[in-house]
Amino acid sequence: MNASTSETQVPFTTIIGLEVHVQLQTLTKLFCGCSTAFGAPPNTQVCPVCLGLPGSLPVMNQRAFRLALKAALALDCNIASFTKWDRKNYFYPDLPKGYQISQFDLPFSTDGTLEVIDPKGTIGPCRVGIVRVHLEEDAGKSMHDETAGSGDTRIDLNRAGTPLCEIVTQPDLRSPQEARLWLNELKLLLVYLGVSDCNMQEGSLRVDANVNLHIPQPDGRIAKTPIVEIKNMNSFRSVERALVYETTRQWGVWQETHAEMGKTPKQTRGWDDPAGVTRAQRHKEESSDYRYFPEPDLVPVTVSSAQQAAVRSEMGEPPVRVRKGLETRWKISAYDADVLVNQGRQLVDYFEELATLIGDGKIASNWLQQDVLRTLNERGGTIEDFPVRPAALAELIARVNAGDFDTSRAREIFSEMLASGRSAADAVLSMGIAVIGDDELVALCRDILAANPKIVADVKGGKEQAAAGLIGHAKKKNPNINPGKVRTICIDLIRAMQ
Amino acid sequence: MQPADLSAIDLVAAVRQGDLSAVQCTEAFLNRIQYCNGAINAFLNVDRAGALACAESIDVRRRSGQPLGPLAGLPVAVKDALCTADLPTTAASKMLENFRPPYDAFVVSRLRQADAVIVGKTNMDEFAMGGSNENSAFGPVHNPWDFSRAPGGSSGGSAACVAADMTPVAIGSDTGGSIRQPAGLCGITGLKPTYGRVSRRGLIAFASSLDQIGPMARSAADCALVLETIAGHDPGDSTSLTDAVPRYTSLLEQPLAGVRVGRVPEHFAAGLDPEVAKGVEEAFAVLKAAGATVHDIAMPHAKYGVATYYLVAPCEASSNLARYDGAHYGHRASAKPSSAFESPLIEMYCRSRAEGFGPEVKRRIMLGTYALSSGYYDAYYAKALKVRRLIRQDYLDAFEHVDLIGGPVSATPAFKLGEKTGDPLAMYLVDLYTVSTNLAGVGGISFPCGFTKSGLPIGFQLQAPALGEPLLLRASDRFQRLTDWHLRRPPNLTALCTPKG
Repeated sequence: MNASTSETQVPFTTIIGLEVHVQLQTLTKLFCGCSTAFGAPPNTQVCPVCLGLPGSLPVMNQRAFRLALKAALALDCNIASFTKWDRKNYFYPDLPKGYQISQFDLPFSTDGTLEVIDPKGTIGPCRVGIVRVHLEEDAGKSMHDETAGSGDTRIDLNRAGTPLCEIVTQPDLRSPQEARLWLNELKLLLVYLGVSDCNMQEGSLRVDANVNLHIPQPDGRIAKTPIVEIKNMNSFRSVERALVYETTRQWGVWQETHAEMGKTPKQTRGWDDPAGVTRAQRHKEESSDYRYFPEPDLVPVTVSSAQQAAVRSEMGEPPVRVRKGLETRWKISAYDADVLVNQGRQLVDYFEELATLIGDGKIASNWLQQDVLRTLNERGGTIEDFPVRPAALAELIARVNAGDFDTSRAREIFSEMLASGRSAADAVLSMGIAVIGDDELVALCRDILAANPKIVADVKGGKEQAAAGLIGHAKKKNPNINPGKVRTICIDLIRAMQ
Repeated sequence: MQPADLSAIDLVAAVRQGDLSAVQCTEAFLNRIQYCNGAINAFLNVDRAGALACAESIDVRRRSGQPLGPLAGLPVAVKDALCTADLPTTAASKMLENFRPPYDAFVVSRLRQADAVIVGKTNMDEFAMGGSNENSAFGPVHNPWDFSRAPGGSSGGSAACVAADMTPVAIGSDTGGSIRQPAGLCGITGLKPTYGRVSRRGLIAFASSLDQIGPMARSAADCALVLETIAGHDPGDSTSLTDAVPRYTSLLEQPLAGVRVGRVPEHFAAGLDPEVAKGVEEAFAVLKAAGATVHDIAMPHAKYGVATYYLVAPCEASSNLARYDGAHYGHRASAKPSSAFESPLIEMYCRSRAEGFGPEVKRRIMLGTYALSSGYYDAYYAKALKVRRLIRQDYLDAFEHVDLIGGPVSATPAFKLGEKTGDPLAMYLVDLYTVSTNLAGVGGISFPCGFTKSGLPIGFQLQAPALGEPLLLRASDRFQRLTDWHLRRPPNLTALCTPKG
């Protein structure tokens, strides 16, 4: 928590760096032709290469490299003209070759940044440096049998060899909230670019966080608590909770022990989500000598500036530019643009189509946020499958603008359109809503006024809000009336009486 | 004339012309294997039924006028380091004793496509680690020239197989001399092509940056025939070269006039057996007689070859062999819970590897693991890579002045079985003249250039720049047109072999 922005001042600064593993959106694995589709029966998407059978050799997936390059370019990284592969050696049953093909000292990209601005303004703009982005293969999955007395572990190697992009940040984040906000922006960026689907439930995005505290001392020195790496966080919400917990925990430990960085070794702690605590992992799990050395089965990769330009040209707009574009083109607020953009590219496309049809970004944004998004949240599903397409919704909004119905009536029509897939006009017909002509409406208003002298008297006496009572009477006479219109007509009629 | 008396080129021609059926040819060699292998132990597995079925199908196709591949009917023995889908593939290790790969190595598929007849898998040093074939988990190979001596290694089974006429050609692999040294000690011709010329896919890896598959045969011309089939780009091996493959057999005619052959004076320093030295000098004389010129050249970093090799190769091997952990395939120790291990998983790893690997493999895994460990990497592995670059530069510099480099293959003729097994360092020095070729990634060939008084073959080695196989084969072929050392056969072999089965 940054002391300067926090309401409750704390006597330390929280220092956070992240390591994010993102599964690239490829059809096949990084070094063989096996499918990367999620959810297949165990060990059905494997071949001699990803099984690590004797004599098998890796061949790099060009598409995976291009996707990783796209991510690195979008993160403003420097792209190395020459990059190589390394072997990270360790024994584990879900690592069939006994080593992971990764990148060690010459990653394909370094020194990037990603800035995020909180539209709500509660967190200042945070600009996070990227140390490196590199490409590596995933391991398989170990499923430990939890049945009592059984020590069995089952191995599924479908995931082994899946391409992963590892993004390592500088320790530039200053609060758990900032970390969550930044991760959201990173995820959005990668999804917009088509680099990854970033599905945390399916393991397409995994986050480890490094955190410690900087505590100013009376003598002016800054004391630093030992860095803790937190693993096992399954959502951005858990990242935030784990970091909040860990910050408090480290502050508590500091007050007791005054233990500083370097005096105790770096610790790895796992996040226990149900319990809401981090727990120390066994020391042995953290101290490893991976014996990295250059992978002799693969040739180094060279990246020309022409290749970089080609990847840039197919990159598409990052979310930060999409937000700005919506603000300037459609005159909507930064907050609204943020809400729309955070829903993903498809929702932005829907919005722009709707706004173009009705010629008003604000109204389009309100309908999307209040009706479309609410419905999506309730029913689930994606905007692409949403039954009311922009053209149909634009027709409905046009009728509202023309004064045919009020908003609450329009919402009923919207529900009917959702349920039946009908156009606005057909929904209106099927609901038996007849639009009342102006003359008919004036006649109806005269009848009500005649029947309700008390209200008329009140309005005459200056209590205009009393006119609201007339609307209920009008609705009883004809449910299709537009309450706004009834109100205006009645007030005009009463004024004319004076 | 017996099939065993014909060259591979002539055998293929005879089958093609119908003078000899593929079945007759295959049976002749299978019978020879049955007769000799018991004493020599060159084969770990003989696929009699599969070979005869393959030969039969070739004959059927020939009779019906269908096209045949360039090696139709040629019996081939394959080192057991290459995966074969229908035969066990063990790398001569207990670790893979019951392993059957689900696929053929690239080279094996190429051989099958060319209608070669794969008769079996040959013995070798375990995981190709060794220079005597004594590191096989399935017993040593005996040198056909003297059963009490080693055939060399690691492709000792392939070399002995060809030397004893059990097949006309065999496939070996060479990481630091494993084709050329046993070829030299067994009196046959063996070619280690340029790194990347032949795909390594399906070759059980020892040291990936050094491993290369090559042909072993009676003559350079027969090696050329096999190389034409097995060389070429493989998209499945990222280190495989894309250069077009020449018709090596059609490039043998040009005379050697004007070819410059380098001679490294340090090769003749102390340690080289005088009889070997004499044979090698006589080989230079033969090349001169053929029109070549001989020039002394300097290879200043050659003396660091063995030290460099014994860091690079074990480092890669320690990683390449990590996959044999008992978890997925191969030998797994039976559970025998003991408190000596920190977990059942660690116990499985330790005991499976302790039981599955032989002592030399363990030694090299430990060497490599140590050299790659944090704190030692710069002093050992990184330094070895620097020296490797210097050695490669030596070759580039030398090939500015000469077209080929000639010299001994090994310092002594075939040594006694057991003679060096107690002294690993002495055993490593058998690679003295061959490891630099692999470190530089260039090609080398060895062929017989004489015999000792006691009747053991002496080998001569030629090395060429990258992709210099046409010249290597042409020079060796020219040499073999002027000499008959390569035609000699181990004396009394038939008498010494006790028929088996």
